[in-house]
Amino acid sequence: MPRTLVVAEVIDGRVSAATAEAVAAAVSLGGEVIVAVAGPDTAAEAALLSYQGVDSIVTVTVPGSDRDHEQMAQVVCALVADVAPDLVLAGFTIRSTAWAAAAAHQADMGFASDVVAIARGTDGVSVTRSIYDGRVHAGFAFAAGRPVLALLRPSVWTAAELGATPETRALDVVLTQSRVRSVEFRPPSADVDLTSSDVVISVGRGVGSEENIAVFADIARRLGAALGASRPIIDSGWLPSAHQVGQTGVTVKPRVYVALGISGALHHLAGMQNSKTIVAVNIDQDAPIFGFADVGAVADIHQVAEQMQALL
Amino acid sequence: MKVVVCVTQVLDVSPYLEFTADGTSVDPAFATVMLNGADENAIEAGLALCDEAGGGEVVLVSVGADEADQALRSGLTMGPQRAVRVWSDGLVVSDPGSLGAALAHAMRVEEPDLVLAGVQVSDTGGQSTGPALAAAWGVPCVPVARDLHVVGGTLTATREFEAGVTEIVQVDLPAVVTVQVGANEPRYGTFKEKMRAKKAEIPLLEPVDLPPVRSALTTMVRSPGDSARSVRMIEGGPADIAATIITLIREAQ
Ligand SMILES: Cc1cc2nc3c(=O)[nH]c(=O)nc-3n(C[C@H](O)[C@H](O)[C@H](O)COP(=O)(O)OP(=O)(O)OC[C@H]3O[C@@H](n4cnc5c(N)ncnc54)[C@H](O)[C@@H]3O)c2cc1C
Ligand SMILES: Nc1ncnc2c1ncn2[C@@H]1O[C@H](COP(=O)(O)O)[C@@H](O)[C@H]1O
Repeated sequence: MPRTLVVAEVIDGRVSAATAEAVAAAVSLGGEVIVAVAGPDTAAEAALLSYQGVDSIVTVTVPGSDRDHEQMAQVVCALVADVAPDLVLAGFTIRSTAWAAAAAHQADMGFASDVVAIARGTDGVSVTRSIYDGRVHAGFAFAAGRPVLALLRPSVWTAAELGATPETRALDVVLTQSRVRSVEFRPPSADVDLTSSDVVISVGRGVGSEENIAVFADIARRLGAALGASRPIIDSGWLPSAHQVGQTGVTVKPRVYVALGISGALHHLAGMQNSKTIVAVNIDQDAPIFGFADVGAVADIHQVAEQMQALL
Repeated sequence: MKVVVCVTQVLDVSPYLEFTADGTSVDPAFATVMLNGADENAIEAGLALCDEAGGGEVVLVSVGADEADQALRSGLTMGPQRAVRVWSDGLVVSDPGSLGAALAHAMRVEEPDLVLAGVQVSDTGGQSTGPALAAAWGVPCVPVARDLHVVGGTLTATREFEAGVTEIVQVDLPAVVTVQVGANEPRYGTFKEKMRAKKAEIPLLEPVDLPPVRSALTTMVRSPGDSARSVRMIEGGPADIAATIITLIREAQ
């Protein structure tokens, strides 16, 4: 029987959404589904992974942090040797991309990251990747006989629900010391809170210059909205990092999210695509953001801002 | 200090694209080719480390057929000393294991202290080439990093994670680091460097002992769309757009 190993991602004792989505993908493919978790407190972590459709859970107790990718690569190799899956799934995240290629190399697995669809046939596994700003879907085939490791794009699969009672067993893994040493952990800065606002108005590289930010900050303030931004605005030092929406910034789910001069890169979408209504203004009618918006306008954001100020 | 920077070209494809006859790539007529943005950040990081060390060599490496010379030449305009292209028939660049092994071969020949790659390519971004190269070469990898400093054979860097979390890490060289997009302001080369880049000799290195290819790119099709949302476009000029947005916001409050 085909067998899928799902590698859970647990950050500070919390299971990432990507894990429940990977479980859902595994269950939809049929066959046996085994979820593995590595961490310091495996009893607590295993209790969080009782998703419907999971046959069993394997735990590995490890001393290091969830940011130690060298340790994780060793754990995944040990799990693959022990479980002997034909398919290994995990979310496509910063942590997983740090260990995945190394695990694929050491355990001689086929490998694909940022996968949006997956199929298992008699002649092997095939996956689909979404490339070129989401304009193209590319299909990849893997020959049967070697396991395949696939990292799944977040928010493509609907998360599995909890409510099963899979049996749990522990696997001992002997680890060697990681070569990448942690010196200092830095939590995110928190001088503004974008998550509590019903409306977020975000500006991207389309604002053009630092001086132009003030106009959008003023509009946001007058509308009682929080001011967000895409990453290049923070990299340029035009706004403090707490304003950054996206994968490496804040995740927001407001009633209305307004993206002004933002192209719609995957990393930005990661932080706002669950907003109730998404409004996008972009001068380029082909900007990818329009594929993810409910309401759109092709226009110069400076002209729109001028009109908004006139109306407020 | 000797730094190798891995660079590659990326495609900016038009929305009205066509595919080549074999159906596995975008017809070049519908694509613009350029140097990957994160690779410019990686080159800048390499040059800055050598400036900081008071000297050193930055070598660019790209795996690809003849066209890869383009990426190498545009990277050279920023000031690296030389460039090497890695290629052999049958190499499959879309297979991360093959690409990592081909790059690792180049590192065994070049023996750098440090290898920098971009965090990801902007067109087909897998965020995996740096880690795959490190694994194949047998050295540690610091992914998604910025603020690199090297003191006495030890590199310190800041790693980025989801949700604004960062971690300062250290690793002994040699190592591979993937440089985050926007990590620095890539420099423009001087006129002299640009002329030199145009005429530079780019030697070809043929990798040997590559592992079996594990994946094959079989098809490319136009995407059916990755989102469940469908967009309603606001008609009219800036005044109509402004009014519609304000109404939408007020209704939500
Ligand atoms: C690991 C990793 C993590 C990342 N994390 C994040 C993250 O958390 N958040 C984030 O945002 N990004 C993140 N990024 C960066 C991301 O990939 C994109 O580079 C970034 O989101 C692009 O920002 P942008 O849309 O503002 O800029 P661009 O992509 O340059 O887009 C600017 C847009 O503005 C439009 N425009 C220009 N002028 C005007 C005008 N006058 N009027 C209207 N429109 C105009 C253009 O048509 C274009 O669409 C991350 C990248 C990596 C590799
Ligand atoms: N063909 C290639 N030759 C050299 N370096 C590459 C190649 N493809 C990718 N890279 C490097 O790997 C980084 C990440 O690419 P990827 O893992 O494909 O997202 C890029 O920014 C480059 O530094």
